[in-house]
Amino acid sequence: MAKQYDAGVKEYRETYWMPEYTPKDTDILACFKVTPQDGVPREEIAAAVAAESSTGTWTTVWTDLLTDLDYYKGRAYAIEDVPGDDTCFFAFIAYPIDLFEEGSVVNVMTSLVGNVFGFKALRALRLEDIRFPIAYVMTCNGPPQGIQQERDILNKYGRPLLGCTIKPKLGLSAKNYGRACYEGLRGGLDFTKDDENVNSQPFMRWRARFDFVMEAIHKAEAETGERKGHYLNVTAATSDEMMKRAEYAKEIGAPIIMHDYITGGWSANTQLAQWCQDNGMLLHIHRAMHAVLDRNPHHGIHFRVLTKILRLSGGDHLHSGTVVGKLEGDREATLGWIDLMRDSYIKEDRSRGIFFDQDWGSMPGVIPVASGGIHVWHMPALVNIFGDDSCLQFGGGTLGHPWGNAAGAAANRVAVEACVEARNSGRELEKEGKDILTNAAKHSPELKIAMETWKEIKFEFDTVDKLDVAHK
Amino acid sequence: MSDVQDYASSIGNADSRKFETFSYIPDLTEEQTRTQIQYILDKGWNPVIEHTEPENAISNYWYMWKLPLFGETDVDVVLKEIEACKTAHPANHVRLLGLDNFAQCAGTAMVVHRGKTV
Repeated sequence: MAKQYDAGVKEYRETYWMPEYTPKDTDILACFKVTPQDGVPREEIAAAVAAESSTGTWTTVWTDLLTDLDYYKGRAYAIEDVPGDDTCFFAFIAYPIDLFEEGSVVNVMTSLVGNVFGFKALRALRLEDIRFPIAYVMTCNGPPQGIQQERDILNKYGRPLLGCTIKPKLGLSAKNYGRACYEGLRGGLDFTKDDENVNSQPFMRWRARFDFVMEAIHKAEAETGERKGHYLNVTAATSDEMMKRAEYAKEIGAPIIMHDYITGGWSANTQLAQWCQDNGMLLHIHRAMHAVLDRNPHHGIHFRVLTKILRLSGGDHLHSGTVVGKLEGDREATLGWIDLMRDSYIKEDRSRGIFFDQDWGSMPGVIPVASGGIHVWHMPALVNIFGDDSCLQFGGGTLGHPWGNAAGAAANRVAVEACVEARNSGRELEKEGKDILTNAAKHSPELKIAMETWKEIKFEFDTVDKLDVAHK
Repeated sequence: MSDVQDYASSIGNADSRKFETFSYIPDLTEEQTRTQIQYILDKGWNPVIEHTEPENAISNYWYMWKLPLFGETDVDVVLKEIEACKTAHPANHVRLLGLDNFAQCAGTAMVVHRGKTV
């Protein structure tokens, strides 16, 4: 018998709390960390989150009866304690796949982290993880080239890639900027990089930068016989302007361009990634603004979610944190999202903060980029933590070498090769790192000076956002 | 400034040419080469030997020496084939790759003999 219309406010849990529900393989699953206002029952607030992030509103409306809401609604199906923190709990919510437009992380996130984050009954809310079903993954374009194809394009195998962000980040003229790139590339780097806020300012418009940097690449390639690139940042005020710069980068033969996927926006990013795939370009992704979303342990979006969004939207490189450098990043949590970038199937593993099995099918992987406050002394740990399918970026750790960028680049290149050679020989890098580097420096005055310059620098602040694994 | 050392590298000097992995550290000794071959075999990768005239080194496709050594487990056999390739093409660069058929990509690659670099 059909339902009758009964106007008024119902408790959310009557409709959206379904502890007996078994999630379907095609459901999109989400785990929220919920900090409720005092006195609101857990089931009610979990149901409210499910409702507000799917079909619901605060009151019953007659048009609810024109559809099959029991099919379309989000379902809060489980609640768990947060280990070591009584102020909040985990709520697990299942969403039927039909709630979302195919191939649109924009649509998924507009639902999942839309209005609900401002909900008054919540003190704070954090989206900890999303399980994207393979049925949804298959509708997304993903990384333009992927890890293996990037290696084939660049002819670089069996070692991490090496990069360097050009500094000062702002203020150089295009010709001076190209000089800084050239020196780094001829010294042995694979890539140099525009910093995130280098777009097209009055002191260096994009077009002049692209031209000078491309000459730097060509000359360094002729000199070393190796393939080189520079992440030309095409992030712009409009997506039309972004595409114009991307087209020009392709026209002059640049192998790789760059985009800031959070400030630039996911629509623009997905558009650019699809264009890169159609045009044989590699795409490096920076994550400016991520810490606004992911650093607070009680509110926002965890970086593992932002990682999955990027892999679906498309990008060949993504900044991941370094574990050892100047920027925030818990080691186990970082290892977790590095797996989410590169592997094809990742098992649930709470010790790494992974709440769901994630199947990527044959979607290509993303290369994690370790960048920020690292130098040659970190190299053994970096090679051990990140492995070969990574890009290690030394900015100050290249440009700050007393003999200049080429020497700084050569020092890092010698160090990475010495570490890879030692690792392949069965040596333990983090234990024997000093010995390995000291030995390599015997044949490289550039490395020797680098080791003397940076010996004492350490970053040992405690991590603000720790994994919730401590038991009460 | 007198303490600063020049970075000697130029288009005119063929010694500036590099060959990707392990070309910034001293040439591998025979013992080190054996270790790297063992690493390739332990990974379950298929060794393949390739060579090229130095002037064509930029090409993706170097000449394949015979076929990849599918399923080979003996370091000495790989070394012997490298020697045979060098003897047949003494002026050419020779490189060793480990092909990972699951990744469908080389797991590693290294030049094990340098011809007359241009």
